[in-house]
Amino acid sequence: MTAPGTDAPTLEVRGLATHFFTKAGVAKAVDGISFSVGKGEIMGLVGESGSGKSVTGFSIIGLVDPPGRVVGGEILFQGQNLANLDGEAMRQLRGNRIAMIFQDPMMTLNPVLRIDTQMVETIHAHDSSVPQQVALARARDALGEVGIPSPDERLRSYPHQFSGGMRQRVAIAIALLNKPDLIIADEPTTALDVTIQGQILYQAQKLCRETGTALIWITHDLAVIAGLADHISVMYGGRIVEQGPIADVLDRPMHPYTQGLLGSVPGHNRRGQKLFQIPGMAPSLLQMPEGCAFRPRCQIADDACLAEPLITEPVAGRHVRCYHPSDGGAGR
Amino acid sequence: MSAFIIRRLLQSVVVVALMSLLVFVGVNVVGDPVHMLVSPEAPQEEIERIIRNLGLDRPVHEQYLFFVKNALNGDLGRSFVFGEPALKLIIQRMPATFELAFAALLMAIVFGIPLGIYAGIYPDRVSSKLIMSGSILGFSLPTFWVGLMMIMVFAVMLGWLPSTGRGETVSLLGLKVSFLTIDGLRHILMPALNLALLKISLVIRLSRAGAREAMHLDYVKFARAKGLRESRVVMVHVMKNIMIPVVTVLGLEFGSLIAFSVVTETVFAWPGMGKLIIDALHNLDRPVIVAYLMIIVLVFVIINLMVDILYSILDPRVRIKDAGR
Repeated sequence: MTAPGTDAPTLEVRGLATHFFTKAGVAKAVDGISFSVGKGEIMGLVGESGSGKSVTGFSIIGLVDPPGRVVGGEILFQGQNLANLDGEAMRQLRGNRIAMIFQDPMMTLNPVLRIDTQMVETIHAHDSSVPQQVALARARDALGEVGIPSPDERLRSYPHQFSGGMRQRVAIAIALLNKPDLIIADEPTTALDVTIQGQILYQAQKLCRETGTALIWITHDLAVIAGLADHISVMYGGRIVEQGPIADVLDRPMHPYTQGLLGSVPGHNRRGQKLFQIPGMAPSLLQMPEGCAFRPRCQIADDACLAEPLITEPVAGRHVRCYHPSDGGAGR
Repeated sequence: MSAFIIRRLLQSVVVVALMSLLVFVGVNVVGDPVHMLVSPEAPQEEIERIIRNLGLDRPVHEQYLFFVKNALNGDLGRSFVFGEPALKLIIQRMPATFELAFAALLMAIVFGIPLGIYAGIYPDRVSSKLIMSGSILGFSLPTFWVGLMMIMVFAVMLGWLPSTGRGETVSLLGLKVSFLTIDGLRHILMPALNLALLKISLVIRLSRAGAREAMHLDYVKFARAKGLRESRVVMVHVMKNIMIPVVTVLGLEFGSLIAFSVVTETVFAWPGMGKLIIDALHNLDRPVIVAYLMIIVLVFVIINLMVDILYSILDPRVRIKDAGR
């Protein structure tokens, strides 16, 4: 359960690259990203659709569908490089030490299997010696933990007898069953009502603090991340463009893309003003612009941006991939 | 659930009643059985006596009501040719046909589902493409021709398997069955495979489509993310979802296995209902034809009912909806 080197972060990703080898060309869905998440920490991974944030999640858990493939970088989980693990060892890790929660709760549970079957099999996949009764009790407790009323009865239900919010709680309960060290949550609240969203966020946060589980929360919704995460990584075109503590990044964004994202969120202090819109569209992964990927949509781009910008650290703890980072002056 | 079954039963009764009318009228406008039974030289009085005996002198609607009255008492008329109750003739031959049909169904499941799932999971492998090409052949080659070829190769040239009949039979619960003896198994193998070929192809196609679809669904990905072994992902998560369409189609196809075993039974001289109906059609033996068709209707109706019930067991979403009604 504990890391070999106790001070090693739960997850450290170095230069991860996942490419999709399609007939139309190579799509660099994830192209050299690095970040780390410590014990009990919550990292928000933010970006538009197609920015590579979900592929990052699937790369870590080793479930990238062909024609995609992890082509470079290191994924160190508790100091151990996951690329060196064989299929069976990776399977033992999945759902046991690293769990994942998906976006659409209506689709993640198998419609023809009862909840207890789907929960108990998760326990037995990693330890077949657990007696059925013990496994059932653990499943029931997990359901109770995520706030499902009368978990004993609900164990015998089928997924379609739950609402969307309840199904997502079941999925979270399944992820928690084996008390993982890392949970990857891929937009888990996007399909839910705002009130349910709040409850689930609260519970996720509570669980991380209590159990020391590291959490990667993938989302496109900055409002969700704001109250939840410790750190934030903003992805654009398969790369991380800005990284830092949540409050700093949200208050003083350095990258023009992050500024654009924040500007396009409606806020109460900007009532009556026209909402900001980032011009243009996210680039196709098959035809990335030369140099900085954000250049065609950027208002402050110049000739320097035709060359690939590197990650810099203008302020301690803040990383940004831009030639013209804003100085971090408060507000805009 | 019980309300659902009662509703289905009532529907079934209506279907059977309508079919009896259609079958009876349909058969009665075709040909003149008397000419087939009586020699052309027979005197006019003799012919009229036979017509009266068979009840053919009365108007069709009276004949029908008479038939319905008797049918409700379990009497579907006497064979013109054999002079025995038509129902008895059919029931005698039923076990042979059912045995053949069940053997074919079993083959369709045992060969069709694994091959189909394999082809669905590994669509790019050469073996998968071979399976799919084979299923196209299974669909398109005519049953009688394949049957004849099988006889030629395995019975005539290689001499491995017998070509006709049921072989040695044993009595099981009062029914004669072949599958409990080695000789019987050798006899049933070829006709069953011949009859199953089309269904195997069908199940392969269904399972492949189902597997291909399911492999990309979130719940399969989630099952993998839970760390389940690939065998459990396929055998439980994928398979149980594929079974829904497969059971539906196979159930319906089982009726057609029985109804259309005629060709196979003729080729392999399998002494079942199919052989009987062919003979009855030759002789215009109306009661046997009508009785056979009624039995087939009943079989279809019962199978449909069973499929619906089985379906609701496999798919919990169907179950709940009906309980709520």
